[in-house]
Amino acid sequence: MPDYLFLYMIYSQKVRIFAIVCFITVVFSCKREAKTAVKTQENDVIEVVNFTELEPLLNIKDDDKIHVVNFWATWCAPCIKELPYFEELHTANNNVEVILVSLDFPDKFESQLIPFVKENNLSAQVILLDDPNENKWIAEIDASWQGALPATLIYTNAKRAFYAQSFTREGLLEEIEKFTKI
Amino acid sequence: MKKLKLLLLTVIVVSASAFTFNKELSTPKDGYKVGDIATDFSLKNIDGRMVSLADYKEAKGFIVIFTCNTCPVSVRNEERILALDKKYKSLGYPVVAINPNNPAVQPGDSYALMKVRAKEKKFTFPYLFDDGQKIFPQYGASATPHTYILKKEKDGLRVKYIGGIDDSSRNEANVKTKFVEDAIDALLSNKPIKVTSTRAIGCSIKV
Repeated sequence: MPDYLFLYMIYSQKVRIFAIVCFITVVFSCKREAKTAVKTQENDVIEVVNFTELEPLLNIKDDDKIHVVNFWATWCAPCIKELPYFEELHTANNNVEVILVSLDFPDKFESQLIPFVKENNLSAQVILLDDPNENKWIAEIDASWQGALPATLIYTNAKRAFYAQSFTREGLLEEIEKFTKI
Repeated sequence: MKKLKLLLLTVIVVSASAFTFNKELSTPKDGYKVGDIATDFSLKNIDGRMVSLADYKEAKGFIVIFTCNTCPVSVRNEERILALDKKYKSLGYPVVAINPNNPAVQPGDSYALMKVRAKEKKFTFPYLFDDGQKIFPQYGASATPHTYILKKEKDGLRVKYIGGIDDSSRNEANVKTKFVEDAIDALLSNKPIKVTSTRAIGCSIKV
């Protein structure tokens, strides 16, 4: 066998391996891209609900999770300040389920809420509550709530508390701790 | 003598702490309920003059609204507040707006910027600054906007209604019940007010 043919064989094998490696890389990166796309898609779908549709999410009793429902709006400065603490809670703790109920202006849904959720890559579920009869549903969420934002409901199947206030990171973790001990 | 001094000191300390305790208790949650007598005040208006409710000799009562420049819900209700003043001032119930926010926390609600906002929106009512944030806790306002309807009675300004302007603060097109208008119409015709307290979306007061 002439040297050049042997060299060619090795070369072509190298090319083949290179090609395979390339192919695998492309497939994997595609997969990764697809995953990211799915995640963004999740965040693209922000449900718009009325109170009747929201209510079951405030009363999930058939699991052992700590449910945290934060009422917020993109225009509410103290809400935006505490939002990262809720995001952290959601991603760092499998036992905590966070829902972010936005009270943004329904006519600013496309121009403010969707871009905000995308830009901040929020992983917790975001829902827009669009129900005009606020006098009724604010009281039904909690009798002590007058409607000022932010406000937060924390509940398990055994305990329930409402906070018409904003949280510091430590303050929020402290409250969650009280629910963990049960 | 030493013992007496010690006793005196103890009395001072105890009474001082009792005073602090009382102060802590007077959080907004302990504000007025419907039927209570509301305090008058003397607060600086955007024109530099001090305004008290006692200045309004002819008024039958007031629509006191805690509101501000920066809260988007307040901004979205400005036209509605102007409309209330236009409709009810001549009937004896003028609007008196009070900004309860601390400008050190919310710079957009400074006295200087209140003047700007009032001029831009052509406010027809006094827009007062709750300097030192002493009035809003007495009323128990928890948000902007937050409305109190007061009626002049023999023993003072009786609180007749507390809450939202209507049932859809975010979207005026969806309003079904105008709580403040209904309450004042009832007062003007000497009928009982059907809904005396409501809740509404708003911004927390910046303290």
